[in-house]
Amino acid sequence: MTGFVSFDRSIGWALAAALLGFAATPLRAETIKVTIDNFTFTPAEVTVKAGDTVTWTNHDDIPHTVVSAGKYRSKTLDTDDSFSFTFAASGDYKYFCSLHPHMTGLVKVE
Amino acid sequence: MSFDDHDARGASRRKVLECMTWAGTGVLWTLSGGVPRSLGLVDAARAAEQQASGLTFLQISDSHVGFDKPANPNAIGTLEEAVNRIKAMPVKPAFMIHTGDISHLSKAAEFDDADRIISQSRLDVHYVPGEHDFLDEEVKLYKERYGKGTRGAGWYSFDASGVHFIGLVNVVDLKAGGLGNLGADQLEWLAQDLKGRSRSTPIVVFAHIPLWTVYPQWGWGTEDGGRALETLKEFGSVTVLNGHIHQVMQKVEGNVTFHTARSTAFPQPAPGTAPSPGPMKVEDAKLRSLLGIASIDFKPGAERLAIIDTPLAG
Repeated sequence: MTGFVSFDRSIGWALAAALLGFAATPLRAETIKVTIDNFTFTPAEVTVKAGDTVTWTNHDDIPHTVVSAGKYRSKTLDTDDSFSFTFAASGDYKYFCSLHPHMTGLVKVE
Repeated sequence: MSFDDHDARGASRRKVLECMTWAGTGVLWTLSGGVPRSLGLVDAARAAEQQASGLTFLQISDSHVGFDKPANPNAIGTLEEAVNRIKAMPVKPAFMIHTGDISHLSKAAEFDDADRIISQSRLDVHYVPGEHDFLDEEVKLYKERYGKGTRGAGWYSFDASGVHFIGLVNVVDLKAGGLGNLGADQLEWLAQDLKGRSRSTPIVVFAHIPLWTVYPQWGWGTEDGGRALETLKEFGSVTVLNGHIHQVMQKVEGNVTFHTARSTAFPQPAPGTAPSPGPMKVEDAKLRSLLGIASIDFKPGAERLAIIDTPLAG
């Protein structure tokens, strides 16, 4: 039963940490996930709100990058690596993989 | 199936495709006056005979040192096997070219391992980079190690036995939605490099990504490759050697022979036969039949150039 007690306790701490974090950021800020499988960004187009964060995760056995010319550029993402970018301003952010440039995607920020 | 009827006007598309199928089992290609002729299947002894005079050099490609995924958990081991094959060749080749993706992630340790193994061949190696060789944060390791005496991102030329060799870089400054890229600076350098050279000089161009369009849906081609070929069209014998697609492909267009070498690390699917060009997992027993090296033989008198693809096994 000790196991359950410590389990509850860690949940409590996690909740407290989440609430603190929640209070410090705008209520509507969200994290949107884009996956990379089979040399494809999925979904290829996402629409988010200013302040939202997009997280890309590479599931391929080959490294990829996420590059939006002049805006943001990830490090090389090996298998299961992720990259996040928080979009402060509205606009259309086209991006691509600089290693496999036929891989393209779009983040629309409202 | 016969390859003896390739006439002076060159091989038909169908025949080229037939030969592509056979290339992996040891078809000996020759280049005479810019028109390839196939001499049919050869064994190692015959190949050795062909190499007894003139220039013989090797091509290895896509060693991806550091790759450890299911398609080949031991890419370093298969590179060692390739180098052991080279060491065992009956006639020592003049040198070797490596058409890029030496490392998988451009880590110093990966380049170190690659150098340690490849140097055991005791051959001079002329490198061009693949996109996997420019992944370090400062993009400096490749240039530090392999870029001495090169221009731009690492292009250069040299001569050997009357053949002019040109190493090109088509893996930098890639544009969204596009293919491989040479860029204006490199094309200008190429034109200068060829200026005043006799049109009968045999030319060998090597670069990582195929210079011709193999399969644009997978990015297998070079955006401005056609411009490089335009510069080369006056030459009677042009051979273009590439890697990147981890399989043997050959195409002949006029006086130009295009050829891609196998990887020593892992195979990739034939164009359009899989959801993506990613590493292809095959049964263990089959892996070594899809990895390998290429040997290229040039005979000055006969203006012949032969490409022999040898798998690691099978």
